Amino acid sequence: MYLFSARDIVKRFSNHLALDKVTVNVPEGSVYGLLGPNGAGKTTLLRIINMITAPDTGSLYYSGRPLRQADIVEIGYLPEERGLYKKMKVGEQALYLAQLKGMSKSDAMKRLKYWFEKFEIQAWWDKKVEELSKGMQQKVQFVTTIIHNPRLLIFDEPFSGFDPINTRLLKKEILELRKNGATIIFSTHDMGSVEELCDYITLIDRSKTILEGDIHEIRHSYKSNIYELGFNTDPLGVINKQNGNFEIVERHTAGTTQYVKIRVKAGFTGNDLLKKIVPEIEITSFNEVIPRMNEIFIKVVEAQNKK
Amino acid sequence: MNKTGLIISREYLTRVRKKSFIIITILGPLLFAAFLILPTWIAQMEDQSITRIAVVETSAYGDPLPDSLQFFRGVIPDRENLKFDYLTSMGLEEMLKTYEATDYDGILYLPQSLISAGNRTVVEFYYRKLPSVSVESYISGSLENYLFNNKLVVQNVPASLIQSLETNVSLNRINWENWPEMVEDATDLKRGLGFVVGLLIYFFIFFFGAQIMRGVLEEKTSRIVEVIVSSVTPFQLMLGKIIGIGLTGLTQFLVWLILTFGITAVAQQFIMPNPADVTTEQIAPTSIMEDNALQQVPEHPGISNNSASGMMSGIFRQLGQINIAYVIIAFVFYFLGGYLLYGSLFAAIGAASDNDTDTQQFMLPITIPLILGMFVMINASMNPSSQLAIIFSMIPFTSPIVMMARIPFDIPFIEVLVSAVILILTFMGTTWMAGKIYRTGILMYGKKVTYGELWKWIRYKA
Repeated sequence: MYLFSARDIVKRFSNHLALDKVTVNVPEGSVYGLLGPNGAGKTTLLRIINMITAPDTGSLYYSGRPLRQADIVEIGYLPEERGLYKKMKVGEQALYLAQLKGMSKSDAMKRLKYWFEKFEIQAWWDKKVEELSKGMQQKVQFVTTIIHNPRLLIFDEPFSGFDPINTRLLKKEILELRKNGATIIFSTHDMGSVEELCDYITLIDRSKTILEGDIHEIRHSYKSNIYELGFNTDPLGVINKQNGNFEIVERHTAGTTQYVKIRVKAGFTGNDLLKKIVPEIEITSFNEVIPRMNEIFIKVVEAQNKK
Repeated sequence: MNKTGLIISREYLTRVRKKSFIIITILGPLLFAAFLILPTWIAQMEDQSITRIAVVETSAYGDPLPDSLQFFRGVIPDRENLKFDYLTSMGLEEMLKTYEATDYDGILYLPQSLISAGNRTVVEFYYRKLPSVSVESYISGSLENYLFNNKLVVQNVPASLIQSLETNVSLNRINWENWPEMVEDATDLKRGLGFVVGLLIYFFIFFFGAQIMRGVLEEKTSRIVEVIVSSVTPFQLMLGKIIGIGLTGLTQFLVWLILTFGITAVAQQFIMPNPADVTTEQIAPTSIMEDNALQQVPEHPGISNNSASGMMSGIFRQLGQINIAYVIIAFVFYFLGGYLLYGSLFAAIGAASDNDTDTQQFMLPITIPLILGMFVMINASMNPSSQLAIIFSMIPFTSPIVMMARIPFDIPFIEVLVSAVILILTFMGTTWMAGKIYRTGILMYGKKVTYGELWKWIRYKA
């Protein structure tokens, strides 16, 4: 069941096509990554999902029916370019933003108290935003994004500008939110966080979707039969004896251990490789190499650019 | 509370709680009074030090003359801060050499040939300290007066006739409509009132319009705007801001109104003459008039120029002739109408700009009609039924200012109605148009926007 779907979205600005028939289906309870190079159209898509801008053509569905303006109260949005009223007090501002999302004042107060305590920022309640550091402001912004318990959370480049501590906090909270039933869409350049957090991804390049699906399936589909083995002695002689069925693609040494990545020719498996090597030499580790999202990203985008 | 209401209350409360707002609101009427009183006060301060002028009168040969032979002795009477010494022993040349030795501020040189001067002549004035305009005109006026009379004397016109030659005529304006009832004319007061409220609207539109622009710009530069428009529509945000700031302006106006009435009431207590004074005052001018054979205009109570209290009581009496409630209602309407019209444009400018300097290129088309409106308003307060005043009180970009100058006069209600309807229709149009620019502009950064681009934004579909 999809919580949110955008189908065949087209958005044209005066001199360029920002989105060209992009379709995104976000399953309920998942973390959905929106990837793509700068200027690919990610922010435009996120703004369309938030109903800040309207698509030229295409349709949006929420909970299985067309998206309505009233659904906005179930969405929480943290834009890439985020800010707060500088002259306003933190608490007052958080309360205001929560009420704009349709919360009653007393509910908003209760929830804010909980989150301010959780993030240990109660002491800032009466401070003006301009007195806060950037990291502090980010915490406040995050709280105001999730305060109304949204079913759908949208983060645009959430980790950009966050220090490692806040990044870790944010990742933890994102996973916690999902555990509590929220669905999360976020756009990012940080492929590490994609592998860590995402269940599904869509890769957009030059206004078009070029890759999409379950992140594990995608990574497995880009496997190229490579295994990494660890040895305590030099394995070269043994491997080179195998009639070219197993090819060394990369090797490096860490301490006394040598790691070798070996590509297994078509028709052979990891087991075949082990059978050949185990009798000859001691193996300390063995695992299949699953491509990193980073490699897949670069590979796919570059292939697209060549077209 | 609905979302637009929330935005309005935030915009309103953050502004009303500001120290600067509280200070201006409370001190406003006082500042305004100071603004009116200060120029007179400063003008009075001007001649605190005494100016001493030596008058050198010489014969046709340039020789000094004794008292008995001087024509001009005493012709220019001394004033409090202006003293004249008529010299008897020194010619001009000699006197001019005493620059170091004497401390006269100036030397007025009057050769006796001046007495027979034609229509135009020039008198030399040597100054140490530049004479003020009022001193200059006082001297030349006194001389003119003397020479004029002297010419008549030479023609054997009797002195008694000369005194009655000059007659000052001022019009006594009586509203025909009320005849035969004689109603005291309040035109000057109406002019003054129209001018002041017109000016007030001009300042309010500029002041609060600029606040809208800065508010939009603040939301844009602090990047909060994208968070807000993910909760409300851009149009709600724009409208909420315009209304919230407008309420701030109304609050300020209301407080000013109450304070002004309060101050006036207090002033009335002190300045309003007691009944005994009023009777003597009304009798006094009448008796003088009766003596005067030339007086033909029927008597009516008028502003007595004799005393400040007389003038104030005149103003209070005349105020009774102006429909104050109507003026206030019209003021609120035209303030709101003009404010909404220009406010939406100011909001659009803020949205299309990245910083204060960017706004300037779009300010001109807004500033020009406003300033034009003010100039026409000055004209309209002088002549409220002129073609010019009527036309500009219909054009919605100038009507809020110009019509206010006409409102205190009894202009046809239909004109007010037509002007009001045009204003309402126009601000609905500009708000709609501004909303389109605003919607696109608030999310547009780092791009110098042109008028062509604004036009494109207006035509984007929602």
